[in-house]
Amino acid sequence: MTFDWAFAWSIMPQLLWALRITILATFLGMGLATVLGLVWVLLRRSPWRIVAWTAHYAVEFIRSTPILVQIYFLFYMMPEFGLRLSPMVAGVLALGIHYSAYLAEVYRAGIESIPKGQWEAARALNLNPVQTWQRIILPQAFPPIIPVMGNYLVAMFKDTPMLSAITVLELLQTAKIIGSESFRYLEPLTIVGALFLLLSLLAAQAVRWVERRFDLKELNV
Amino acid sequence: MSTAPIVSVRGLCKRFGTHEVLKEFDMDINPGEKLSIIGPSGSGKSTFLRILMTLEKPNAGTIEIEGKGLWHMERGGKTVPADKKHLRAMRTQVGMVFQHFNLFPHMTALQNVAMAPKQVLGLTRDEANERGQDLLERVGLGDKLDAHPNQLSGGQKQRVGIARALAMQPKVMLFDEVTSALDPELVGEVLGVLRELAHETDMTMLLVTHEMRFAQEISDRVAFMDHGQVLELDTPANIFTNPTLARTREFLNAVLES
Repeated sequence: MTFDWAFAWSIMPQLLWALRITILATFLGMGLATVLGLVWVLLRRSPWRIVAWTAHYAVEFIRSTPILVQIYFLFYMMPEFGLRLSPMVAGVLALGIHYSAYLAEVYRAGIESIPKGQWEAARALNLNPVQTWQRIILPQAFPPIIPVMGNYLVAMFKDTPMLSAITVLELLQTAKIIGSESFRYLEPLTIVGALFLLLSLLAAQAVRWVERRFDLKELNV
Repeated sequence: MSTAPIVSVRGLCKRFGTHEVLKEFDMDINPGEKLSIIGPSGSGKSTFLRILMTLEKPNAGTIEIEGKGLWHMERGGKTVPADKKHLRAMRTQVGMVFQHFNLFPHMTALQNVAMAPKQVLGLTRDEANERGQDLLERVGLGDKLDAHPNQLSGGQKQRVGIARALAMQPKVMLFDEVTSALDPELVGEVLGVLRELAHETDMTMLLVTHEMRFAQEISDRVAFMDHGQVLELDTPANIFTNPTLARTREFLNAVLES
C-alpha cells in the first residue's frame, strides 16, 4: 500500500472540518475544567466538613475512573435519569469533568504554595474572603501553574479521539468513516496523526509564550 | 492615668499544644501611648500582637478595645464568642506591620497601599491612590510608586508595609519586630519612619522590638516579658537604668552587651 497524495489531498477539507470539532471540544472542555477545578478546590476548603469531604471523594472518584467509562456513562446512562445529551455535549462534559479533577490538584498545589504571610496580611487589612481570593491568592497562585495547565490542555486535546466512541464527528471518527467508505485507512489516519502532532507542538509553543509573558509582568519589565 | 485604656487585656491565655505561650497575661494600654515590648525569644511577645490582630485565637481571657470585646461580644445580655462580623468590625481599629513585610508581590508599591482602602473602606480609585501616594511620600518612597516589591530593598519594602498599614487608619498599630529581617545598614531608615510616627501622630503604637536603644528613646512605657507574662512595665528610664527585677537586669545585660 503506497501513500496516495492525491487521495490525501482530496480528503483534507473533510478532515480539517472535523479538526474544528476537535479543537472546539478541547477548548470547551478545558474551559469547563478550569472553572470546575476551582470549584472543587474551594469546596474542599469549605469549613463544613461534609462539603469538604464530599468534594474530596468526588475528585478522587473522578480521577480514579477511566475517562472512557465516564464518557459512556454520561452518554448512555444519563438518559436513564431523564437527561438526554447530544454526543458533543456529553463529550465536552466528560472531558471537562474528568480534567477538572486533575486541575483541582494543580490548583491546590498552587494555592498551598502561597506563603501564610499573604493570608495574614489580607486579614490584617480586613479583606473579606472573596477579596482575599480574588485580589491576593488567585493572582499569585495562577502564574506558576500555567505551564502545568498547558500540559493538561495538550493532554485533553489528545484525549478527544475518545469522543469517537460516542459518535462525535471529531478527527478520528471522521478518519474512520473515510476509511470505511474508501477502504483506504493509510492516508486519513496518517493525516490525523500529523495534525495532532502539529497542533500539540504549536500548543506547547503557545504555553511557553504565555508563561514568559506572565514572568515579565511579574517583574514589571 | 485618668483616661480609660484603649486596649485592656485580662487573663489572656494561649497554648500551642501543651506549650503555654501566654499565661494569665494582663495589660492596659493608654490612648496614644507608644509602648514597647521587650523580652527573650519565645516569651510570647509576638503571639500577643497576633492575638490582637485576630491572627491567633486566645484560649482564655478577654481583650477590650475602647471598652468593646475583641474576641467576644454581647448578644441578648450574654457574652458570647465573637462571630465573623464582629471580628471584622473590631479589626478596623487595629493594624499591623509584619517582620517579613508580607507585601503582595504581584502589586506595585502604590497598589499594595491603595488596594485595601479602596476594597475595604470604599474609597474611590482616585481617593485611594491619593492616600497611597501621600503615605508613600511620607515614608520617603514617592519615587517608588510603580515599583514591585522584588525591585525594592528590605528597608524600602518595610516602609511600604508601614504605609500599607497606615492607609487603613487604625487607632492601634502593631509593629511585630519590623526591623528583625533587615540587613543592619537598612534598619536606620525604618526606625526613622517609626520615630517620625511616634512623635507626630496620636496613634497608639505597640512595638515588639529587639532595638533596645530605640525602644528607650521613643517609648512612653516599656514592658519586659518572659515566659508568657509581663514581669515589669515601667517608664523606659526605670526599665533600662533601674530595673526592679534581677531577671530584667539579666536580660538587658545580655542584649546590650552584644
